[in-house]
Amino acid sequence: MTGNGHTNIDSVKTYVFVLLSLLAATIFTTVVAYVDLGPFSVVVALTIAVCKMLLVALFFMHIRHSTKLTRLVVAGGMLWLLILLTLTMSDFLTRGILGVPGK
Amino acid sequence: MAEHAQAESLALRVQFDTAEQQKDASTLGMWIFLITEIMFFGGMFAAYTVYRTWYPTVFAVASTSLNAPIGAANTCILLFSSFTMVMAVRAGQLGHQKMIVLFLVLTLLFGFAFLGVKAVEWNEKFEEHHIPGQAAFHLEGLPATQQGNAQLFFSLYFAMTGLHALHMVIGAGILMVLIWQARKGRFHAAYYTPVDVAGLYWHFVDIIWIFLFPLLYLIDRHLGK
Amino acid sequence: MITTAVQEREHYLNAGYGLKSWLLTKDHKRIGLLYLATITLFFFLGGAFATLIRVELLTPQGDLVSSETYNKLFTMHAVAMIFFFMIPSIPAVLGNFFLPIMIGARDLAFPKINLLSWYLLVAGGLFSLFAMIAGGVDTGWTFYTPYSTSYSNGWVIATALGIFIAGFSSILTGLNFIVTVHRMRAPGMTWFRLPLFVWSNYATSLIQVLGTPVLAVTIVLLFVERVFHLGIFDPARGGDPVLFQHLFWFYSHPAVYIMVLPAMGVISELISAYSRKPVFGYSFVAFSSVAIAVLGFLVWGHHLFVSGQSLYAGLVFSFLSYFVAIPSAIKVFNWTATLYKGSITYHTPMLYAFGFIGLFTVGGLTGLFLAALGIDVHVTDTYFVVAHFHYIMVGGTIMAYLGGLHYWWPKMTGRMYPEGWARLSALVIFLGFNLTFFPQFILGYLGMPRRYHAYPEEFQVLNVLSTAGASVLAVGYLMPMIYFIWSLRYGKIAPANPWGATGLEWRTASPPPLHNFDETPIVTHGAYDYTTVMGEEIEVG
Repeated sequence: MTGNGHTNIDSVKTYVFVLLSLLAATIFTTVVAYVDLGPFSVVVALTIAVCKMLLVALFFMHIRHSTKLTRLVVAGGMLWLLILLTLTMSDFLTRGILGVPGK
Repeated sequence: MAEHAQAESLALRVQFDTAEQQKDASTLGMWIFLITEIMFFGGMFAAYTVYRTWYPTVFAVASTSLNAPIGAANTCILLFSSFTMVMAVRAGQLGHQKMIVLFLVLTLLFGFAFLGVKAVEWNEKFEEHHIPGQAAFHLEGLPATQQGNAQLFFSLYFAMTGLHALHMVIGAGILMVLIWQARKGRFHAAYYTPVDVAGLYWHFVDIIWIFLFPLLYLIDRHLGK
Repeated sequence: MITTAVQEREHYLNAGYGLKSWLLTKDHKRIGLLYLATITLFFFLGGAFATLIRVELLTPQGDLVSSETYNKLFTMHAVAMIFFFMIPSIPAVLGNFFLPIMIGARDLAFPKINLLSWYLLVAGGLFSLFAMIAGGVDTGWTFYTPYSTSYSNGWVIATALGIFIAGFSSILTGLNFIVTVHRMRAPGMTWFRLPLFVWSNYATSLIQVLGTPVLAVTIVLLFVERVFHLGIFDPARGGDPVLFQHLFWFYSHPAVYIMVLPAMGVISELISAYSRKPVFGYSFVAFSSVAIAVLGFLVWGHHLFVSGQSLYAGLVFSFLSYFVAIPSAIKVFNWTATLYKGSITYHTPMLYAFGFIGLFTVGGLTGLFLAALGIDVHVTDTYFVVAHFHYIMVGGTIMAYLGGLHYWWPKMTGRMYPEGWARLSALVIFLGFNLTFFPQFILGYLGMPRRYHAYPEEFQVLNVLSTAGASVLAVGYLMPMIYFIWSLRYGKIAPANPWGATGLEWRTASPPPLHNFDETPIVTHGAYDYTTVMGEEIEVG
């Protein structure tokens, strides 16, 4: 049954493995920041951050064992953040391209 | 067994029919609270996105004035704290009361360590005259015309790490309450929900830092300086 | 079913006496009444400011108060009304009281958090009240930078803090409702058997939870900007004041849907009850609530058309703004279809429902005018906008709120209100409202700007009409205050189901027992199944 960890107790090994992966990712992202990847630097950094987030969420926050509703809630939150960022940037990235309303 | 059932029914609130319903509701409630936190921090991430897009070189220069290895080390400290936190929850699932206390205390200590490092970093910024809004603000490596833009970076740095630190402090307070309750034997395999939901909060604050670290400390480091 | 006098039976009102039993209650019904008292106070505070505004606007000169004082008046009118009356109103009073009952639960998921929500509203209110008394704030309720961060001498921080605290009240209520609807429904109460009032409050809660935190962080940024001069919105340092507007309106546009969605839920209940018919197109109305909640988050830039926002973004937001009208229109069509061949009675709540449909339609359609970039450039920041949102907020939401209050008054208090006086006050409110706000459409179209206390001579007649309407409206609002209080002592004892309506709340006594039901109900049919309603409708004059 998908509960909140009722019958699903992860092993210490699992958690240690996740921790080591997270630490490795942290070191990696720091080191790779000094490599010239041009505009891809930020893509790489964010991708690593997202992977770390997924590790923490899936294993430490037990989303792996959670209900569908919980996953929907989390997905919704991230979608809403995306709406805020995208529609806001739709202004700041396009200033001066088409002119000013009313003129 | 009877002890468990009794403890379970003691913790069961009148509006719920079963302990499982209560736990489900508490967990769902915490998750919804966390998405409010996503949107709360989100506003600052939006401001960051706008200004980094408008002033990429200024942000890069400003970012290099932060100590990346220290930031990385601090990130690792917080990751360790998330590990000990989930171990505390696991101890709760198994009903190992002494281990619950131990892991919560370790989490708290890691949290304090993080805040300590943060305090040192902030003090460093103060000494280097990188506090925005002050007349003495000056960031080396940029002309006078871009000093204002540099202040934007530091405004966001202080606002975002400050808000994060505030959440850490609140988390520390919650941990202290939990440690006190755990020592009194409040939690066991049938009822450890407060530890569980506090863990969700703690991990969330960690995730925020997982993003803050590269976004603030690692902007175009390859450009040197 | 229960016909014994209220005094003989134990119910939630006599389950405990004294201040502590109210101030430390965990009962959602008592908390609803605590909210009722609090928001009524703020309504009259906001109304007092409105009175001063309308009196000033009787003459073209700014002769009653100085410009700075006038700026404070319209700011504080809006702050009191929006944050401390409108946003809590229907969810925190009627939602708190009835949502658990409607789903067959004993209480909300988190009763202590519910009480905390009320205390947060009161605390926030006290902060803002302090600011008003200490000298007021003159930035407009929109707090635009750089005026609010760098130049205003008013009590910006105190007011903003008050709103910040009240915001958490709203967030926690939303969180509570969402968990409750997901986890506490009685056996057999499936999603599509829920009353539409529950759907509306659920959709509202989604907005509260997703939008209010952005307002909170905006206020935090405003705070650090004003106090620490960090510079996030400072043009001199490359910051952009328009960023503040984006963050502010990301919440404040969905906020208007927080204010209108619960009202729409009330209207669904009223139209159904007083036509004795199921709501036409139930699932369309249910989904439209969620659609409004979602789409409402995609349109905020229509408040920034002339702010310096890029034209491209303006086009995108204008386009999206048209979409959000569609689910609202669907509701209006479905309510109208519900009336068709219904067995209609004209009790006071129904009068308010009719008023809502007409006035909300006017308000909504004028919103479409404003969504058109070309028109908005002409009428933005004029009284056209003021009229538009008052048609929806006052002509819409407040009417629905009053309608709901009347409809559920017998259930909440065990007493009937006096029908004759109630019908009269509904009429007075309707007439007063239109006289106040219709002239404002014309004024705005003719070019009278908002937030000015002086205006060209030729606008005086319309302004006088508007002020006259406001005094009629004030009388209309005072009347229910008086007769509701009167009814608590002298009103007819209410039966369990005075309207012969469907819904679990009408299956339990008036007032309900402490835990709402003597036994957890088992639900076997939909929300508007009139074939199974056994209650008699009692003629109350």
